[in-house]
Amino acid sequence: MLTKRIIPCLDVRAGLVTKGIAFRENVDIGDPVAMARKYYEEGADEIVFYDIAASSDRRDILIDVVDRVAREIFIPYSVGGGIRTFEDMRRVLLAGAEKVSVNSAAVRNPQVIAQGARAFGSQCVVLSMDVKRVERSEKIPSGYEIVINGGRTPMGMDAIQWAMRGEDLGAGELVVNSIDADGTRDGYEVTLTRIMADTLGIPVIASGGAGIPEHLYEVFTEGHADAAIIASMIHYNTYTIPGIKQYLADRGVPIRKVPMMQ
Amino acid sequence: MIGIVDYGMGNLRSVESAFEAIDQKTTVIRDPRELAEVQAIILPGVGAFGDGMRNLRESGFVEILNEEVLEKEKPYLGICLGLQFLAEKSLEQGEHDGLGWITGTVRRIDPESAQYRVPHIGWNDLRIEIEEPIFKNLEDGPIFYFVHSYYMDVSPEDSSVIAATCWHGQKIVAAVQRGNIYGVQFHPEKSQRSGLCLLRNFVDQALKD
Repeated sequence: MLTKRIIPCLDVRAGLVTKGIAFRENVDIGDPVAMARKYYEEGADEIVFYDIAASSDRRDILIDVVDRVAREIFIPYSVGGGIRTFEDMRRVLLAGAEKVSVNSAAVRNPQVIAQGARAFGSQCVVLSMDVKRVERSEKIPSGYEIVINGGRTPMGMDAIQWAMRGEDLGAGELVVNSIDADGTRDGYEVTLTRIMADTLGIPVIASGGAGIPEHLYEVFTEGHADAAIIASMIHYNTYTIPGIKQYLADRGVPIRKVPMMQ
Repeated sequence: MIGIVDYGMGNLRSVESAFEAIDQKTTVIRDPRELAEVQAIILPGVGAFGDGMRNLRESGFVEILNEEVLEKEKPYLGICLGLQFLAEKSLEQGEHDGLGWITGTVRRIDPESAQYRVPHIGWNDLRIEIEEPIFKNLEDGPIFYFVHSYYMDVSPEDSSVIAATCWHGQKIVAAVQRGNIYGVQFHPEKSQRSGLCLLRNFVDQALKD
């Protein structure tokens, strides 16, 4: 039986992890490779690197990070943030990432999903979407709207319809990031996650809002999520991955523990 | 020395790195003639079965793999597509011939209920059917990383090759073994400690003689 995946997200800017640095005395903690390695050892099931700078001239720095990570981390990891073109996808995959996630670029040009899936396989292409709750309308019957540019630009598109289209185009997984929940630490958007999980056939990853281990429990049970992204709750050392996993295991959620090896 | 076959199906980087992590030297093989020089063969790969077999055939790997693995009994470890190629055929996007070393057909995963998603992505626990040396030192019900939409349906007459299975709304063949031939549907190179342990076991077994 599949276990529920816990996926730390590292926001990377100019080769450094942005979250957490100010609260850390250990200077190494700003190094994405070192942080990824630590989470890997602790039992992260996967890691997401999110490129904050996300302009093409800065992209080389992230490529270098991915390249170094490939030598140290033997779990899957993905790269997102500012992936615009097929060529952007190709570069991060060649550097060693398993998956690449597309967000705004796919909204503007949905064919980038199909191109990626054809060339690299669906399992490499993650469709990530930022979603905001709005009044239900004819255009947005679910009351969940797609927004881009970090939540600044509403697109007048229904999130559920867009997710279904993304699946049809060949996305292998879906990351549902709630703009309303993001950064609140009040919990994931459980209702939205559940609608997505029940509507789609591909795995659904919840994102945005995790503050305490109970939030992961909610989104895995009520929200039907296959995986959940966490960030600040571990970056600030408030919780640890083994601690969160133990909490979930105690409540009957199937999770993977790091095996003791001989 | 262990040879990793590069036939244009994705990135071999993670497989190379995993062997580096267990201090095992590898060489990437693009010319099939070089297969004669290595002590064991790794065939990784993700992507479409048809494309993969076509690439193998067109670059001349199929005959030499038959020679080295079937005739000379050189240890072989197929990962993901590298396991599926062992079957006689695949029904992924049409019908394609495989290497045919194991009687079986590659089919799309068809779980018993919609709660099991396709692709089968994530960490799943194995049920070890045969205590093979590659499973040595692993914990009970070891967990490995899977990512695939198709699986190998091994024919009943060859069911003795099934070394491990897992459950994803249906039984999925997770590992096969026959003599010198090993195949795993999961990704040991992405399965943290358990994965590195399994690769180490394969190397120990392959280089034993």
